[in-house]
Amino acid sequence: MGNDALVKDLEAKARKLRRESLSVMKEMGAGWLGGCFSEADVVTALLFYRMRHDSTKPGWPERDRLIVSKGHACEIVYTAIAEAGYVPKEELKTYSHTGARLQTHVNIRTPGIDYSGGSLGLGLSFAVGSAGGAYMHAVDANRTAPSRRYPAKYRVYCILGDGESNEGQVWEAAASASHHRLDNLTAILDHNRFQSTGPTAKKLDMLSFADKFRSFGWEVREIDGNDMRAVVEALDWAVTVRDKPQAIIAHTVKGKGVPSFENTNCHFMKITDEVVRIGQEALKD
Amino acid sequence: MRTPYLRAKRDVAENLYAAHNRALVALARRDARIVSCYGDFPPGEVGEIFAKECPDRFWDVGIAEGHLITNAAGLAAAGFIPFTHCHGIFGVGRAYNQIRQNVAYDQRNVKIVLCNCGVIWGGLGPSHQLVEDIAALRAVPKLTILSPSDAVSCEKATYAAAEHLGPVILRLPSTGDAHTTIYTNDLDYRIGKAICVREGADATILATGILVADALTVAEELEPSGVSVRVLDVHTIKPLDEEAVIAAARETGALITVEDASILGGLGGAISELTAERWPVVVRRVGVKDRFGESGTAAQVKADCQLTAPFIRKAVEGILRDKVQRMK
Repeated sequence: MGNDALVKDLEAKARKLRRESLSVMKEMGAGWLGGCFSEADVVTALLFYRMRHDSTKPGWPERDRLIVSKGHACEIVYTAIAEAGYVPKEELKTYSHTGARLQTHVNIRTPGIDYSGGSLGLGLSFAVGSAGGAYMHAVDANRTAPSRRYPAKYRVYCILGDGESNEGQVWEAAASASHHRLDNLTAILDHNRFQSTGPTAKKLDMLSFADKFRSFGWEVREIDGNDMRAVVEALDWAVTVRDKPQAIIAHTVKGKGVPSFENTNCHFMKITDEVVRIGQEALKD
Repeated sequence: MRTPYLRAKRDVAENLYAAHNRALVALARRDARIVSCYGDFPPGEVGEIFAKECPDRFWDVGIAEGHLITNAAGLAAAGFIPFTHCHGIFGVGRAYNQIRQNVAYDQRNVKIVLCNCGVIWGGLGPSHQLVEDIAALRAVPKLTILSPSDAVSCEKATYAAAEHLGPVILRLPSTGDAHTTIYTNDLDYRIGKAICVREGADATILATGILVADALTVAEELEPSGVSVRVLDVHTIKPLDEEAVIAAARETGALITVEDASILGGLGGAISELTAERWPVVVRRVGVKDRFGESGTAAQVKADCQLTAPFIRKAVEGILRDKVQRMK
């Protein structure tokens, strides 16, 4: 495949973002390392490959939207949008400070962020509204009876957590997306198998997410969400689906990239100089 | 002196929800950004016109109030002006966090129409009546809360909500009943500006919603006995028209709040907080007193919750006695 160079490039980018996000977490002295690192490959492939966006025009009406529903896993997202040019890299040092644009959950104060997170289980509903809006075309004033189906002005990507999918509203949104045939909506479920206080299977076993989304009328693919080639291929597949929303169940590893943190209780961990050193060492190019 | 927009007689009753729907259709015809969203809630006869004329801008999300509100925030982010419609209790009760997080905090241009607020509609009983919405939403930063008193002000409130950039709560009474129309169509309605329905010097009734009509009745009844009662229609709960309230406190020295909502944190709470700090006067609160409603007819529940004109009158007479006592 001609994708080799692209995949290699994205892999290097994801490694760099993980590395740099450690310094962002250090600003607060604690960070959502586990969830940031598990979703890092998906975030990278979206922002630096699949999504249509332009950091010089953050309010561009036809940009693709990224809704990070698991809004706590924000340090990697902030690092990525700084890399993309939405905010100066210097500004990453203000993360978590009072008055900063970079609040401790993704926040629309920050250019490049379309949704303020923190209250879990809501992002997919917001994504459904945004995706529906892309089909309504009615923003130009004084037009009545706008045409519905073709084409959508933009696509919407929503990163969901497996823990937050305990929330019932995720499934209200899932039903709604399929009912409205929102094929411009892709949900990527970061299935890292840990939530705030332990393994998801022990907190509330949701069994098969793939079965659930399929039964709600979505097209579903399951991938290794930390395999960049698989992520790229799944995102390429999603845009070919017509009339149905797509769910990519991304099986990932909490804390991916730093072996000593992987699959440990690293959901919200204390970030010391030592943690930064270990992480940066493991994530060297 | 009284508002020049007051109808000479109160012999007409109209449905506020119908008036709202009328405005919504007119708005949708001239502005393609208007979207009407429902949580399996009756769109009303005129609402059905909306569904026929612009089916793409008519969303029924089913019985899912949380999704209703967050979905509307997504539509607003896409450049639309969504109006959501559902039972008030399920909007506030089930989607409080969505209103706070997705609408208020991000200042999305969503208009949340809370229907069947208050207790004065007995049919569905306490599970569907709503008394705490004003208290709950008044504390959420950056929300504008409108509570129209009749069909005329409701229609104008709908237009005003659409024109206002930012989140608006529109608090409506029973969708199944007609309520006394007090204003003429040329009413000058402005968000944040209380309407002095009737001038008076001895006390002021600050009323909101459909009980403004009852407040007016009480003021008229008291006139022959030489008692002069001012009546303010506080149709905007937030931002409160502080100057009108303080002027009433200063000039009449006694305030009676009237609402089909809990007095705890409701309009009564808002007026008490404000005057306690800026111009302490005696205040009496007519409203739902820390209790749930009841099943029954609207009239039965209204009496059971002590919201009828005789109770308002009793409060006015009581406060006038207090005022005299204090002057001694």
